[in-house]
This record gives sequence, structure tokens and C-alpha cells, in this order.
Amino acid sequence: MPFLEVRNLHVEIEGKKILNGLTLSVEKGQVAAIMGPNGSGKSTLAYVLAGKDEYTVTEGDVLLDGESILEMAPDERAAKGVFLAFQYPVEVPGVATMTFLRTALNAQRKARGEGELSTPEFMKRVRDTASHLGISQEMLRRAVNVGFSGGEKKRNEILQMAVLQPKLAVLDETDSGLDIDALKVVADGVNRLRSPDRSMVVITHYQRLLNYIVPDVVHVLAKGRVVKSGGKELALELEAKGYAQFQGEAA
Amino acid sequence: MNAEVRAIKTPAEQALNAAYTAARTMLPGKGAIADLREAAFQRFDAAGLPHRRIEEWKYTDLRALMREAKPLAEPAKAKGKVPALPGLAAGRIAIVNGRYEQAWGDFRAGPGVELSDVFAADQRNYRLGEVPGSDDIAFSLNTAFMMGGVVLRVTKDAKVAAPVEIAHVFAGEAAAAMYPRSVVIVEPDARLTFIESFNGPAGVDYQVNSALELVIGDGAHVDHVMIGNDGDAALRISTLGLTVGARATYNGFIYTAGGAVIRNQVFARFEGEGTQASIGGATLLKGRQHVDNTLVISHAAGGCTSRERFRTVLEDESHGIFQGKIIVEPHAQKTDAKMASHALLLSDEAEADNKPELEIFADDVQCGHGATAGAIDRALKFYLMSRGIPEKEAEALLIQAFVGEAIEGIAHVSIREALLGAAAQWLSARG
Repeated sequence: MPFLEVRNLHVEIEGKKILNGLTLSVEKGQVAAIMGPNGSGKSTLAYVLAGKDEYTVTEGDVLLDGESILEMAPDERAAKGVFLAFQYPVEVPGVATMTFLRTALNAQRKARGEGELSTPEFMKRVRDTASHLGISQEMLRRAVNVGFSGGEKKRNEILQMAVLQPKLAVLDETDSGLDIDALKVVADGVNRLRSPDRSMVVITHYQRLLNYIVPDVVHVLAKGRVVKSGGKELALELEAKGYAQFQGEAA
Repeated sequence: MNAEVRAIKTPAEQALNAAYTAARTMLPGKGAIADLREAAFQRFDAAGLPHRRIEEWKYTDLRALMREAKPLAEPAKAKGKVPALPGLAAGRIAIVNGRYEQAWGDFRAGPGVELSDVFAADQRNYRLGEVPGSDDIAFSLNTAFMMGGVVLRVTKDAKVAAPVEIAHVFAGEAAAAMYPRSVVIVEPDARLTFIESFNGPAGVDYQVNSALELVIGDGAHVDHVMIGNDGDAALRISTLGLTVGARATYNGFIYTAGGAVIRNQVFARFEGEGTQASIGGATLLKGRQHVDNTLVISHAAGGCTSRERFRTVLEDESHGIFQGKIIVEPHAQKTDAKMASHALLLSDEAEADNKPELEIFADDVQCGHGATAGAIDRALKFYLMSRGIPEKEAEALLIQAFVGEAIEGIAHVSIREALLGAAAQWLSARG
């Protein structure tokens, strides 16, 4: 049984149809890349998986480990192991990064019936990852993402992922706005979190990211559905030929 | 023929008239004080209670909100306790039912700090009623009825390390009115941190009209925090009349969580060059609470900086008001004055009014204002929830952060922590 199963998903926002019968399976431990042109529904898929309420699902289902998550609030999905690394992480003024991480982790653990992580354990988990990602103690003391550069915000997303240890990580255009050095740091952070127990959905417009996060499988999204699936070489083919070949056929 | 146009007096105005007539000769202070009372009462009598057609009181129609005037409070019969915020250590000066009650407090005057009853203080050193705002009708009512209070003086160069608290307490069971009047004088190059707190029981519709005269000398540094923890049925108007000398620092903060109808008024005047002033505020409202923060800041000397930063959280059908007026007088060049007021509306029925006014008569100045009112940012809430934080907790975190950003501006660590704790308490009671 796949860990994530998206079945014939139809989604609208403000009356506009974005996903149009999307079907997708991601196995446990698999890294699946989702590629597609602008407007193909990549970010919508990410938001719908995380439970953003502006989107209306009109048909279909999303199963996580065999269980439908569509009726669950975003926090319940997070407790089940869903994590979304945002394309545009928001600034949260007045909430210190450490407080935020600890509140989130303890809320998830509580929802799962686990005890709170002890302070030394928590600190160790944060510090280890932060140092790999080049996140300073000073950044951890600051309010979440406030005054962070684009690259710092993306690294902070990966830090959160490392602390929360999700079962399904959805990375929404994590490469956007990053220069090559920042991209390597972020990709390295993601690769360190690859595990047989963790599935990943890596959404990207460009093949470049997939040089660093090498996917097990590539799906091409166009006009709200998966139009082609293949191995990692599919990404290279898309890089060479572009998306034009898919633009017409899903209409 | 002349026909005098005069509004019919409301029951509250009639009661205030009768109370003044009956109490006039019994109220403390003779001579100049009695003359001051009489002139103040005449101002009130001519104007009546302020109402919505008076611009400064547009949102707080006292004629409508104050249906009756409660009888003047009697002195407290038995000694009681002054409520205090947890963790807030300060030398307390208790003003109980409008009068200074030494035995209720634990303040000890030390080197550089003098304390006396407001009516016992040597009037040759200080004349009451000469601070800005003394013509205001609410301030005039306080002057007419002032019952007691203290004069706290910090002498030149004295640095008072521990905070001093002037704690106002209503200790009656039946509703009554109290009119405390205090004076704080901080002489040149002295330093003081002081708190003014307002406390009273829930369920009693007592009334408070307090006034504080604060005089800050050249080069002095004053941190002043007002904590409004009134009972839920209380009506309170508090006026601060403030003059600041040159090169001085004034940091004011107004925290309001209690009371049914509250108006905090600040009339400030910067009289010497190079002064830095900030006034912050955090207001937490629920039910049908009505809280009005009204500030009139006059830059009478050049080269002064003033900042106003107010934040209000509104639940249910509450009503929050911020009125800020900045006046820059003709010769006050190089003035740098800014104000900002932000309201977080947690209910569709809550109302926030922001009214900034700038009156600028000098040409080389920087003045600005900003105001916002809005609900909790959905994108922020989704971000927090996507990390596993349940909706109520996410909202609480965001509200706490919103208020916290205002409270963080308080320099004194234990006052800051106490208010952050009080705000967290308010949030957890929100349910």
C-alpha cells in the first residue's frame, strides 16, 4: 500500500478549477519529484495536502497510510506526520523561533499521546540541525523568519522539518530564490532527512534542484493532473525539451 | 430679549452639582486649594459632562455612559490588602477610596525621595493644577472633588533604583466615586521608575476620576507604567498632566485590561530641547468593555523625539479607541514625532476607532502616524497550524505576540514580565 495516495482529486479556489482529477501514489521512503509549468497546480497540491482551507475539494480523496485526511485540520495532519516546506515562508513577528519550534513539537507529540521532549533533548535536536544548516543561535532567538533573507527562510523551513521529523515532507519550490550555494546547503539538509520511513514530495519547476535531491520517481503535472511519470531521467528530458509537449494534451 | 440656551442637566450632572454643594466646605484644603476647586467646578458646571459632539470626547460620550454619579467614597474602615500583579516588586503607596492610606502600603522614603499627603505638601514648592490639560472637563471634575493622594518628589540627581507603585484601590462594597489626585516631581538629573495601578472588586460599578501631575526636570529619566486592573463594572477616567524639561527621558506605558468604561488621557508638553519620550500601550478587551486612550502631545521646544505605540486586542462587542494629537509649536524645529495604533479584532462585533491628528506650525519637522485594524492573519494562522499547533493555541500565540511586541518596549524587566504574564493570563481565560 502506498504511504500517500491521491485519488482523482478535483480542487477549486474561488470558483476556479485548479486540480482536475489528479491521481498520484508515493511509496513509503520514496522521494517523488513533481514537475510542471507555472499554473499546473503544483502549489495547490502542496496546500491541499497540508490542509489550507481556501481550497475546496469537489471530488476525490487523499489517503495517508490508508486513512483519508481531507476532513482533518492542518494541525491534525501535522500530528499524523505531514509537513509542508513553504515556497514563501511567512514572517511571524513576536514569536521567537525556539518558542515556535518547541510549541509545535510538543503540540504534535501531545496529539500523538507522546510525552514532551525534555529540554536538553530538544536543544540538542535543534542545535545539531541548525549548525548543519548554518543557522546561528542569534537567528534562533529572533522572531520566526522576521528579517531573514530568502535563503535563511528556506533553511529555517528545513530546520523545522528536521525538528518535527515528519513522515511525509512536501517541499514546495524549495529552490526558488536560492543561489547555487544556498541551494546546496538546503539540499544537503533535505538529503540528511532521507529515510526509509519518510516519504518526500519535491515540487519544482526546474530540474536543477533534482541534481542535488535525486528523486526515485518523477511525475509531470499539467493542467491539474499527472500527465507523465518516469524515473529521474525524465527530469533531464524535460530540461531539454521543455513543458510545451504537455501544455496541449491535458486540455 | 436674550434667551440663554442651556441643555437640561442629566441626573448625573445634577447629582454632581448636589454633591459639590454639600461637600464643598468639607473637602480638604483651604485658601488657594478651595479657590482652585471652585474655579474647576464652575468650568464643569458651565460645560456639563462631555458628550459626543465635543470632538475630544467623540467616541466616549460620558453624558450617555455615566448614567448616574455615585456618592463620594468614604474612607476605608478597616485595613486591607493592595492587590498586586504576581512577580511585581515595588514600594507601594496605597491610595484607598481616593485617600492616601499609609498603613496599607509598604513604601519607605529614603535618601532623595520625599513623600507627603497631597494636601499636607508645602504649596510654596508646588502649585497644583498648572500642568497641561487642567482645563479639560474630566480633569476639572477631579480638581473640584479631589479627596487625597500624595506628592512624591525625587530630589536633584537622586537615582531611585527600586520601582515605586502608587496603587489605587476601591475597597467598598457599595458603589461610590473616588477622586484621587497625586503629584510626582522628578527633579533635574534624577531617575525614577514608577507604576500607577488601578484596582477594585468585580461586580461593583464604582467610579474613579484620577489625576496625576508629573513634572520631569532637565536631564531626568522617568519610566512610568499605568496598570488598569479595575473590576468589570467600573467606570474610570484617568488624566495625566505632564511637563518635561530639556534633555530628559520619559517612557510611559498604559496597560488596560479591566473596567467597563475606561478613559486614559495624557496631556504632555515638552518644554526643553533634546527630550526623548515614548508612550506605549496595550489594551485587552472583551465583553462590552469600552476603553479610550486619548493623548495630546505638545512639542513646545525643538529637537525633541516622541513616539506613541498602541496595541489593542478586541473580543466580543468591545470598543477600543485611540486618539492621538501631536502639536508642534512654531519654534519647535527638528521635532521628530510619530504615532502608531494597531487593533486586532477577534470578533465581528468589536469596534476599533483610531483618530490621529497632527497640528504642525514649524516647517522643519518629521511627523507621522499609522493605524491599522484587522483580524488575525489567516496566512500566519495556517503556517502555525501546519506545524501541528491547534487553532486556539495558534491564535493565542499570535495574539500574545501582537500584545507582546508593545509590552516588550518596557525597560524594567520585572514590570515587563509581570505584564506579559498578565496578558498570558488574559489569553488563557479567553478559552
